[in-house]
Amino acid sequence: MPLDQAGPSATLTPVISVPSALDLDNCSAALPAPHPPIIQVEQLGKQVSSPEGPLVILADIGFAIARGECVAVIGASGSGKSTLLGLLAGLDTPSTGRVWLAGVDLNSLDEDGRALLRAQRVGFVFQSFQLLNGLTALENVMLPLELAGQSDARRQALELLERVGLKARARHYPTQLSGGEQQRVAIARAFAGNPDVLFADEPTGNLDHKTGQRIIDLLFALNREQGTTLVLVTHDPELAAYCDRVLELDEGRLRARSAAGARA
Amino acid sequence: MNPAAAIRRTDPAARDWRRVLRMSLRALRRDIQAGELRVLALALLIAVASVAAVGLFTDRIQLAMERKASELLGADLVIAAPNPLQPVLSDAARQQGLQTAETLSFRSVVLAGEETQLAEVKAVGPGYPLRGGLRISAAPFAPDRLADAIPEPGTVWLDERLLQVLRIEVGAAVEVGARQLRVAAVLADEPDRGGDLFSIAPRLLMNLADIPSTALVQPGSRVDYRLLLAGTPAALDTFRSWAMPRLATGERVQGVREARAELRVALERAQRFLHLAALVSVILAGVGVAIAARRFAGRHWDSVAILRCMGATEALIVRLFTLELLLLATLAGVAGLLLGYVAQHGLSALLGTLVSSTQLPPPSWQPLLPALATGFITLLGFGLPPLLRLREVPPLRVLRRDLGPVNPRLLALYGPAVLATVALLVWQAGEWRLALYVCAGVAGTVLVLTVAAWGLVKSLSLLRGRVGVAWRFGLANIARRGPGSAVQVVALGLGLMALLLLTVVRTDLLTSWRDKLPADAPNHFLINIQPDERAGVQAFLHGHGLEGAELFPMVRGRLTMINARTVGPDDYENPRAKRLIEREFNLSWAERPQEDNRILAGRWWTVAEHGQGVASVEEGLAKELGIALGDTLHFQVAGQTVSARVLSLRKVEWDSFRANFFVLFPPGVLENYPATWITSFHLPAGQKALLAELVRQYPAVTVLDVEALMGKVREIMDRVIAAVEYVFLFTLAAGLVVLYAAIQATQDERCFESAVLRTLGARRAVVRQSLLAEFATLGLLAGLLAAAAATLTGYGLAVQVFDFPYHGSPWIWLLGGGAGLLGVGLAGLLGVRPALAQSPWRALRER
Repeated sequence: MPLDQAGPSATLTPVISVPSALDLDNCSAALPAPHPPIIQVEQLGKQVSSPEGPLVILADIGFAIARGECVAVIGASGSGKSTLLGLLAGLDTPSTGRVWLAGVDLNSLDEDGRALLRAQRVGFVFQSFQLLNGLTALENVMLPLELAGQSDARRQALELLERVGLKARARHYPTQLSGGEQQRVAIARAFAGNPDVLFADEPTGNLDHKTGQRIIDLLFALNREQGTTLVLVTHDPELAAYCDRVLELDEGRLRARSAAGARA
Repeated sequence: MNPAAAIRRTDPAARDWRRVLRMSLRALRRDIQAGELRVLALALLIAVASVAAVGLFTDRIQLAMERKASELLGADLVIAAPNPLQPVLSDAARQQGLQTAETLSFRSVVLAGEETQLAEVKAVGPGYPLRGGLRISAAPFAPDRLADAIPEPGTVWLDERLLQVLRIEVGAAVEVGARQLRVAAVLADEPDRGGDLFSIAPRLLMNLADIPSTALVQPGSRVDYRLLLAGTPAALDTFRSWAMPRLATGERVQGVREARAELRVALERAQRFLHLAALVSVILAGVGVAIAARRFAGRHWDSVAILRCMGATEALIVRLFTLELLLLATLAGVAGLLLGYVAQHGLSALLGTLVSSTQLPPPSWQPLLPALATGFITLLGFGLPPLLRLREVPPLRVLRRDLGPVNPRLLALYGPAVLATVALLVWQAGEWRLALYVCAGVAGTVLVLTVAAWGLVKSLSLLRGRVGVAWRFGLANIARRGPGSAVQVVALGLGLMALLLLTVVRTDLLTSWRDKLPADAPNHFLINIQPDERAGVQAFLHGHGLEGAELFPMVRGRLTMINARTVGPDDYENPRAKRLIEREFNLSWAERPQEDNRILAGRWWTVAEHGQGVASVEEGLAKELGIALGDTLHFQVAGQTVSARVLSLRKVEWDSFRANFFVLFPPGVLENYPATWITSFHLPAGQKALLAELVRQYPAVTVLDVEALMGKVREIMDRVIAAVEYVFLFTLAAGLVVLYAAIQATQDERCFESAVLRTLGARRAVVRQSLLAEFATLGLLAGLLAAAAATLTGYGLAVQVFDFPYHGSPWIWLLGGGAGLLGVGLAGLLGVRPALAQSPWRALRER
């Protein structure tokens, strides 16, 4: 179901003003795009206090990501990748700068507002899967659909499980599934409700190479099918090469613009 | 409209209650299956069951009281007095169209052959009873019928107990004073029988016309004269307002409302006490709920973070968990009500017969609601605050596991619990002061325990250098979790304390109480000894080797003034004070204070003060009536005023069972007033025949067999104690839940740590040993603290409440320490056993 026709987004569109004239000079990684960018970042910074004084984790980050684009964020451990992901998804608030997600300035929302925006627009895939152990595979996939208020959550969830090849294991609990299977359930959950943006944080980090490869294939295949924007955080250059574009973080700053990689 | 508001309006999940309910139900099912809610549910079950049991039981008592109230008097209105009533009263009543009947009752020994028994003798005139009816039967335990008259002159009706004790049957003769009377029937029931709670002696019912021939009613005898009245409410009101100003001293009017006020007050107090005892379980259960809810919340941080990450709002999180909690409270509450309903049968079996000889009426449904409400209040007050913190779990936790809810303000976390506790206490105690005392007691105990536990936990570090690796790790764990360990020790200590109080301290108290009475303590009193019988009675006792039986004079007088102030029942609020001032005092005189009397203030009189207007007053009476050292008391004795200045205040050991007096005079003051004499002595077992002989020689002398009385008192005490103990079983159960919750609280952490240890190469035995070291030490500390607290409580009860020296048993330390060491050690090990059995990899991965 295209999200533009869904009830919730219909109420969003008229009240939210998208920055109409994008200042491309300020968007260090902006590409010419047919639509307004789905993610827009301006002078984003994050610092925390530490015993040795303020610690800068991210500084002066700016870029835009177009709808349907696939972008990898790479960098060494501690370079600020996960912090950036948290800020992009509205899980955390920046110290400076702004993030527009699906045209909405995240700074203008409180935590609940951001939660609702996530419910309607965003999906996640995590390194550690983050499935709820007490729920079956099916119930895990149903969860975001229910949170978004969809009425046929069960049917949609079953379809998604079928798509990731786990329909037969719908009633199994996460602990009864292998790592690869758990991540497939997580992917099904991430795509439930047709999110505009999918954030993936080291999705293969906990898997062996072969299983990881399968997961990546599945992720990109679904991404193509649904036209989702994918933001992939990884330290693996091989994985990053699957994406249209790579943003590299080095000690909290964007280092270079990378040309579009070869998409698998 | 700002974007946030616009988006919030579209929060579909939080607004759709059916969906929230469905999600909550699913969460509830899942958490029940995973055993997450076991402790919470158990704690609630106990809280609701204890309140329901006590509530249902007291409700049955109240219903029984109400049902009986109209028949309690055997009349609509009664005028009672310790002296013969003015004849004008009954004449006027009859003139005003009221029915009348007269009764007179006293205690006397009844003889049948060699057997003697103290009986409550009631002599009744024609017309009795005016309300309700007498039921008699032809033989003990035979079917009874309504009697159509009172006993014929020359005959008596005895209750079954009296017939049995005297070993006679219907048709036999009994001696009542100087008169022989024939037993004509068994008295099965009478409407105005005194409350079962306080009637010690069995009943003999006789005709008023036979009284003069018994020669039992003499001047100074303790006799209760009553005029029973019945009629229309209007006529009764007219009579009442006519009679009130004309009543002589000692005469008092009793309506149905005033009837059994004493018993009602006593019962209400007992009920309140039971309610408070139930509340102790509720508060303890609340502590269990708080600990369990904290753990429950902690285990849900991850799932809440994921939910938040997927877009669940704070409102939705709050609704989800509140609803889950309410669903749980409903389930556990209903189960608690059922358990309480079953349990109240036990209480009724223990206490019901004290109140009513017939079966108690079934309870109403009314008490179930407050019981259920107690469950909800406990859950909301103690359980909700930790759960509400779940909404503060940041969604970023999905990326950074170190993030949790911000540290809460103590007030936010414990304020509702304190509020809930105070609300429950005030509600149940029915008065602020009592509630405040209990609150202060609980708070004080917890505070002292916490400080002591903290000190003990800190001092453990001294030991660490001297033990092996496993023990070092265990002890280090306790110290590392400092505040948490202290809380655990307190919680464990509270549970163990409940256990110790119920076992060791109770037995110690009872033993101390029994030890206090020597084997040769007086077990019989002789009262109503006339002056001319004095020498004879004394000779009789000495002649039969009953040494030490000193005779004390007794002059009856009413306290009318303190200094220049006239005093009467209306001057006092306290019912006991009202009663004391209304009654005639037994005044006596003595040269020296008795052994069991101690001067608290002032001094005893000198020989020079014999014959002077001075007196010594018992301190309890002085306090009750507001009498101070140096006050001048004015007594009305046989129509004359006797005045005396209070020279000393005495403490009297009443339960020494010797004759004692509230007010003592020096010799030479009261000798010229009409007096009877009293003595007490120890009658060895098997010499009861002496009493029969004594009573035959001196029929007016009343023998009080206090052994029977003590037996009855002890039986009542035992039953009340049994009932309280029964209610405390809930406390014990709640204590065990707290124990379990406290052990479980840190189980996850310990499972994880043992997995780390094993990953690092520790053998399972070493890990087990370190855990055992930790739990056993916690248990030992808790046990010792519990023993100390229980000993102090026992001491306080003995000295402050029961007024006897308390010798705590050393066993309490052994039992407390041992139970803590073994119980907590083993329970803790059992708790982490699954983790030890599991592969460390899995334990680490599941974290």
